[in-house]
Amino acid sequence: MVESIRAVIGRDLRLAMRRQADIVAAMFFFIIVVSLFPLGVGPEAAQLRRLAPGVLWVAALLATMLSLPRLFADDHRDGTLEQLALAPQPLALIVLGKVIAHWLVAGLPLVLLAPLLGIQFDLAGDALAVLTLSLLIGTPALSGIGAIGAALTLGVRGGGVLLSLLVLPLYIPVLIFGAGSVDATLSGLGPQAHLSLLGALALGGVFFAPWPTAAALRVALE
Amino acid sequence: MSKPVINWFRYASPLTFYPLAGRLIPWFWTLAAIFGVLGLTIGFLLAPTDAQQGEGYRIIFLHVPASWMSMFIYLVMAFWAAIGLAFNFRLSGMMASALAPTGALFAFLSLWTGALWGKPMWGTWWVWDARLTSELILLFLYIGFIALQASIDDPRRADKAGAILALVGVVNVPIIYFSVQWWNTLHQGASVSLTRAPSMARLMLWGMLLCTLACWMYSIAIALMRVRTIMLERERHTDWVRELLADKE
Repeated sequence: MVESIRAVIGRDLRLAMRRQADIVAAMFFFIIVVSLFPLGVGPEAAQLRRLAPGVLWVAALLATMLSLPRLFADDHRDGTLEQLALAPQPLALIVLGKVIAHWLVAGLPLVLLAPLLGIQFDLAGDALAVLTLSLLIGTPALSGIGAIGAALTLGVRGGGVLLSLLVLPLYIPVLIFGAGSVDATLSGLGPQAHLSLLGALALGGVFFAPWPTAAALRVALE
Repeated sequence: MSKPVINWFRYASPLTFYPLAGRLIPWFWTLAAIFGVLGLTIGFLLAPTDAQQGEGYRIIFLHVPASWMSMFIYLVMAFWAAIGLAFNFRLSGMMASALAPTGALFAFLSLWTGALWGKPMWGTWWVWDARLTSELILLFLYIGFIALQASIDDPRRADKAGAILALVGVVNVPIIYFSVQWWNTLHQGASVSLTRAPSMARLMLWGMLLCTLACWMYSIAIALMRVRTIMLERERHTDWVRELLADKE
């Protein structure tokens, strides 16, 4: 079981590494969106500090969403997905591997970039640490929940816009607790409650999402 | 195989359900009209004026039924979606897609009447109160469902994809609801709350319940009408639809 997950992760990572431009593009999308906000709302440090958690988290949601179509589209186009669906291993397990690989490629870079962008928003040390930690805990949930949307919109007309319509409402709890944890740190309440709930969401999302995703993939492959 | 006493699946086929729905629709319209007239009469003519809110509160007779129906219809939609996935009935998927526009309509009505009510009472069209926000998200979920079904050409695939989305949504609705509630209450105490005084005048309650029944009957009638249209559209290649249409001409 672990071997098949590892094999899927390894394969997806190898494919992603051959197309590094995609990863870098998503990272720069994140950076650009975040950098637009000070230009839009003005450079006062106090205001930026208040906006930082929300802005970084919303940008992370959008950046994750942009990279979601790649999750299954290439495999669908060249027929790999059908072979994976026929494999003796449960499809949900293969999906779990792909979700983990997606997080390593699309989620982890955002976590690593976040402290740098947080400094631009004049966040203090502890808020920076909580921001990074919350993204580290929360982004797996984004990959998991997003996989459902990616599978449902596979090969569908206007897939990209539709994907955002389906996935973004489901991302709301992650956004609330993710940004809330940083807010709580800034106001001196302590982030524990938010981070625990975020961890619960991430575990639940990554654990349960592969089943509906696998069901949706089978519908798409019919 | 022995014949069961009641054949539960008799009306699970469009062939048998189409005429049944046709017979039921006038009844539900009649009930909707009766309940609506009664409810609105009580609501606008008989119910006493509210001590604090004056006459403006009377929008409650549309607002509360619309909010209840928008949530209830989502559950019914998810129920039909689950039945459709489990038993592979064509009709269940049709029911789910027939219900979605009505649910979206009620969610929109609830937000719209809420805004109209909020302006004179709270002095603002919109506040980011937990209940308002979760109703807005419910509208988003309906729109996502309708958009997904609209963009898939094969109706069977659209049904199944929609069903998965509806079920994922139904698992998520409580999570979203509570997260939104905590989001607002963790920051500050709600400055405005929708909770009314517990001792609501009995007539007001009756008016509201009758209006809810009217909305309920309306939803059933309109969903049945829509499902009949969907049936004709999807089954147009079958013999029974051809015969039906030939009779009409």
